[in-house]
Amino acid sequence: MRLEMGHIYIKDIQFAAESKIEDGILYVSEEAVKAVALEDEKIKSVSFDIAKPGESVRITPVKDVIEPRVKVEGRGGIFPGVISKVDTVGEGKTYALKGMAVVTAGKIVGFQEGIIDMTGPGADYTPFSKTLNLVMVCEPIDGIKQHEYEKAVRFAGFRVATYIGELARELTPDETKVYETCTIKEGMEKYPDLPRVAYVQMLQSQGLLHDTYVYGVDAKKIVPTILSPTEIMDGAIVSGNCVSACDKNPTYVHLNNPVVHDLFEQHGKTLNFVCQIITNENVYLADKQRSSDWTAKLCKMLDLDGVIVSQEGFGNPDTDLIMNCKKIEAEGVKTVIITDEYAGRDGKSQSLADADQAADAVVTGGNANQVVILPKLDKVIGTLDYVTKIAGASEETLREDGSLEVELQVLTGATNETGFNKLSAR
Amino acid sequence: MVKEIERAGIPVVHICTVTPISMTVGANRIVPAIAIPHPLGNPALDKDEEKELRRKIVEKALTALTTEVDGQTIFE
Amino acid sequence: MAKLKVVHYINQFFAQIGGEEKADYPVELRVGEVVGPGLAMTQNFKDDAEIVATIICGDSYFNENLETAKAQILEMVKEQAPDIFIAGPAFNAGRYGVACGTIAAAVQEELGIPSLTGMYVENPGADMFKNQVYMVSTKNSAAGMRDAVKKMAPLAVKLGRGEKIGSSAEEGYMPNGVRVNFFEAERGSQRAVKMLIKKLAGKPYVTEFPMPDFDRVDPNPAVKDLAHAKIALVTSGGIVPKGNPDHIESSSASHYGEYDITGVMDLTEDTYETAHGGYDPVYANEDADRVLPVDVLRDMEKEGIIGELHHLFYTTTGNGTAVASAKAFADEFSKKLVADGVDAVILTST
Repeated sequence: MRLEMGHIYIKDIQFAAESKIEDGILYVSEEAVKAVALEDEKIKSVSFDIAKPGESVRITPVKDVIEPRVKVEGRGGIFPGVISKVDTVGEGKTYALKGMAVVTAGKIVGFQEGIIDMTGPGADYTPFSKTLNLVMVCEPIDGIKQHEYEKAVRFAGFRVATYIGELARELTPDETKVYETCTIKEGMEKYPDLPRVAYVQMLQSQGLLHDTYVYGVDAKKIVPTILSPTEIMDGAIVSGNCVSACDKNPTYVHLNNPVVHDLFEQHGKTLNFVCQIITNENVYLADKQRSSDWTAKLCKMLDLDGVIVSQEGFGNPDTDLIMNCKKIEAEGVKTVIITDEYAGRDGKSQSLADADQAADAVVTGGNANQVVILPKLDKVIGTLDYVTKIAGASEETLREDGSLEVELQVLTGATNETGFNKLSAR
Repeated sequence: MVKEIERAGIPVVHICTVTPISMTVGANRIVPAIAIPHPLGNPALDKDEEKELRRKIVEKALTALTTEVDGQTIFE
Repeated sequence: MAKLKVVHYINQFFAQIGGEEKADYPVELRVGEVVGPGLAMTQNFKDDAEIVATIICGDSYFNENLETAKAQILEMVKEQAPDIFIAGPAFNAGRYGVACGTIAAAVQEELGIPSLTGMYVENPGADMFKNQVYMVSTKNSAAGMRDAVKKMAPLAVKLGRGEKIGSSAEEGYMPNGVRVNFFEAERGSQRAVKMLIKKLAGKPYVTEFPMPDFDRVDPNPAVKDLAHAKIALVTSGGIVPKGNPDHIESSSASHYGEYDITGVMDLTEDTYETAHGGYDPVYANEDADRVLPVDVLRDMEKEGIIGELHHLFYTTTGNGTAVASAKAFADEFSKKLVADGVDAVILTST
């Protein structure tokens, strides 16, 4: 499959009477985006705000972060099976608005949402302090169930992102990158001497609002399967996650999956990037066994030499990670795994819930329990009502001077396990 | 080395001077020795006394080998 | 800023007093003197710190008189009241490494003075003390001195000033079980791709999170019938027939020896010696039974206490030998021991 990615750099976001992109500036009609958000009757009200890098702004509780994109050539549309009709994506031409994001916020589950600080120490850890953020805070209608509210906000975010992305349809990209993978046979013939490598992505699928969707399918209901790595660039995988903020993958991370992009960098040079394998992290042992069996089986059937395995979340998914690693290694396929750690505030505890000697090549996104002091910022988008209840915070979080004493866990994307950041630990 | 012997299925006793090292290396039956350059001897003693001392240590080692142990054990 | 006061601990070898023959050198304090590696350390301190005293102690003396030596040294350090205590670096010298770890940990624990040492990762002192005291990872021989002090001096200054210590990867100390966050130069996915390319090519790479070592072997059942048991002797003390016919190296051994002792009742000065280069060989050369108790086991064999002393013994030198090779040797000769119907093994180390 061959996908041309056109990058359009956004230098600023401003509210205006008419929505458009001109000279790298995104003008947003508040009225228009509100209307898009409110298409769902379960959302009572929505407010939009803009947060820019370096501003004294805290966004919380953050649910998802989405990069606006538009498909200009080829089959299907962005977010297939969710916003666009079901059709196989990943080929043709797609434009992405770089340097910005749509951020959804709202109280939903409260303790499983995150914080994005646009300045200060928190900004060093969350990757979304570097993007221009169009933030939408959604209020649900009364009496709505939590999971209905989650779904409503999830879809509202995708609709708004798609609306913004559409503004770029007629533009000329600032930069174009081409991503192309071969079919199995082509790859064997074209790169006979290069190691065959795949990316095994574990998707959060624990249920109870810890979910991920693939072409609209709930990931806990899939068996491991293969994707062309370009499919994710058109939104084949989206987040439906309300889980610890630091290591869940927002949709932005799925669209820009760094493992996929960095393997493409090496494709045809040092390795042959064969495909992406997706699997889940279910709560039943039988599911864990079946999924890791199948992942290893696919690796063998594809005659792979090596894989990178990325995890999402922590705790019992550590077992899925180790099972995948062990079984894939047992098939003679070399693995590198990416995880993060919960080594305690003092860094002295056992980092992972499971371990095995087969996991001899590990990349870590850092210790999520590390404590960081977030100073009081001038403006809050959303609400601080839940700040003491977020995973990684406590009753003592809010200090007298208005600063927050929290673990890195609370910061959206801080210890991401697809290797999105530079943070690590030793 | 001690772990490999144990792994092969043979009970093994480790006679050594610096027992903490033996603990770190993972020996299960450990008997302390006299000194680094002469683990099973003492040049200060006369021949017979020295041999008697060596015999005591070897006896202790044999006791260790005939004793069931649960985990790492130092036979003082 | 005032210069930090440093007390430096080294062994008899690095104090240029002598090698193994002087390993019983007792504790000595030299106030105002900078000795051996202290010179290189001083250069690297620039104007931040200075060595106010050097403590010298023989490796055997320390390890054999542990409590006395420790007490003496603690007293000396206390008197000097330094801002930081440095021991070594010990490289791959086992007893020196254990001494450095022991005393650095004791100074830190009992006197509350920040301490630092350095050694090779496979030095037994490393596993024993790396979680108690900051320990810089060095090369396996004194050829790595420059490199070692370059890492130790700045870390010592930071410790002495009570500054925040970064991760092991940044500061050069051995991972000590405390996970510390820091920012890498590249994002995680790039690090993962590079690691995979190395792993696929069979090249060395460093995992960012070593799996906890659960490698413990369960003890085998005890010997039931000693009077009929076949006992074999194994040693890492390097006992070999006189002349060392197989040229087992005195350090970093590349192979092990297998020798027949059929009919040998006693190891004598004329027939056996040690190839081990890590300890004073005089006593073992005088009477190799002091390391490999053949004479006593022959007596016991005669008295019917044990069934039989196996006619072969296995030997290598533990000194500086990589854990991996020692493991490979033992793996191989253990199979022979099993095949020969050996019931139990006595392993002696120096």
